[in-house]
Amino acid sequence: MAIPKVFGTETEFGIAAIGSPEFNPVLSSSILISTYAGSLRRIRWDYEQESPLRDARGFEPVPAREGSDEDLGLANVILPNGARYYVDHAHPEYSTPECLTPRALVIHDKAGERVVERSLKEVARELPTAPRLAVYKNNSDGKGNSYGTHENYLVDRATPFGDIVRDLTPFFVSRQVFCGAGKVGTEAPWDDRRRVDYQLTQRADFFETEVGLETTLKRPIINTRDEPHADPEKYRRLHVIIGDANMCEVATFLKIGTTAIVLKMIEDQFLPDLTLQNPVAALHEVSLDITCTQTVPLADGRQLSAVQLQWEYFEHAKKYVDREDDTPENHEVLSRWEGILAALETEPLTLHRELDWVAKYRLLAAYRERDGLAWGDSKLRAIDLQYHDVRREKGLYHRLASSGKVERLTTDEEIDAAVMEPPEDTRAYFRGRCISMFPDAIAAASWDSLIVDTGAEALQRIPMREPLRGTREHVEELLREVEDAAALVARLQS
Amino acid sequence: MPQEQEQKKTQRKGGGGSQSDADAGQVTQSSKAAELKGEMDDILDEIDSVLEENAEEFVKSYVQKGGE
Repeated sequence: MAIPKVFGTETEFGIAAIGSPEFNPVLSSSILISTYAGSLRRIRWDYEQESPLRDARGFEPVPAREGSDEDLGLANVILPNGARYYVDHAHPEYSTPECLTPRALVIHDKAGERVVERSLKEVARELPTAPRLAVYKNNSDGKGNSYGTHENYLVDRATPFGDIVRDLTPFFVSRQVFCGAGKVGTEAPWDDRRRVDYQLTQRADFFETEVGLETTLKRPIINTRDEPHADPEKYRRLHVIIGDANMCEVATFLKIGTTAIVLKMIEDQFLPDLTLQNPVAALHEVSLDITCTQTVPLADGRQLSAVQLQWEYFEHAKKYVDREDDTPENHEVLSRWEGILAALETEPLTLHRELDWVAKYRLLAAYRERDGLAWGDSKLRAIDLQYHDVRREKGLYHRLASSGKVERLTTDEEIDAAVMEPPEDTRAYFRGRCISMFPDAIAAASWDSLIVDTGAEALQRIPMREPLRGTREHVEELLREVEDAAALVARLQS
Repeated sequence: MPQEQEQKKTQRKGGGGSQSDADAGQVTQSSKAAELKGEMDDILDEIDSVLEENAEEFVKSYVQKGGE
């Protein structure tokens, strides 16, 4: 049964120290985050209930407990907007708070960029002699190393995981045509693939299997991590690792909005069987073809292009929304989706205001034209990377945006507000407000609980296992009435 | 339509195989290129001023540990 789609993104950022190749990315990431948190209250993230090795297919491999980033004492904070900001391996990572609409997700995804931008300014101010850091919201260093931009969606636990695999795989293969952030060249480890000068996505090169638990090698199109951070009887958190980091707001809006509707259709068994003959090969074929005309074989013998596959999902989504989920948000997603697909079908390169791969390609084409550059020229790779620089005065996406050359769906005021304020319609509201109001009393937090120090001997755990409880509507009055954390806990227990 | 086919042909060339600068020559001749140039001149000038200085060094030294 389709349940409301609560979602969020986790972005791992690339980090560099310009002119200081010896810098330590782990330490720098930690300093970046802790310096930012130094101006806010810091809450220790509660790892106790995380189980990243539990697999959705039904087994739990014996975990070898490696030293975690937590063990190293690396920065790991929860922010007043309900987000989590932390070091993951050698990257700063930002997980948005839980959102209920695609538009809210776009705002909070962009707020994450602002948090990083502010962090860089804080480090420059507090540590003026430290190497000048730069941070990139992208997924590859162009040398075969990739880092992820993950999406998370709340799904009904009763939905068979096999249905999710069957119906989502062709969707992920085909949505690359509007979700891709573009990349100069290829990074495929295998020999028998075509080399291209430019492809649609950053990530396709790194995906080698259809289904699995891995996230760092032999990446699967469908990731089976089963760590719901919510009532496990009712909910699954679908952990999507295949997406690119998007700078364009329309691309982010569509990525999340379309996937959410597709998941509802899967929950309600509303889709036909579009199984591909070879999903991994198809994934690569689609990414490598910027004309968006390449067809891929389906198991039933048909040959469809990515755009044609997307039309299948779109047509079913249109019927589904009319019948089951008639909301203004869904209609906005459908309208955008239709417009994008129509353009992709005829003139993909007209979408330079909406899609990252086209905006970037247009910039590269202009430089090639003006400066007579071949595709192998370093300058083009430099543009590819700097497109994703989070600093608004340096990032090339941001220069395009400030010149009015890409479409915005949000205002800077909304994004700035989301840096400090949580969404009002999910449990992120309760988490974020408690952090703001009682920073010294929140001893630790996870996605589905807060650990409160009321001054009593034992810490109190407040479970938050329902993603849609703890909204402003539910708790604003309560929070206004309690004078401290002890009073809050007492009220919740009564 | 001829315009569309030419555009598609240019795109297809842009997408596959190794590139020669004959491709750049082909783009120059189409009206789309002139349009692009006009619209993009200002932004390229602006971007010139913020691009990291030594492109080769910048790109070469950007190495990440794989994440996730």
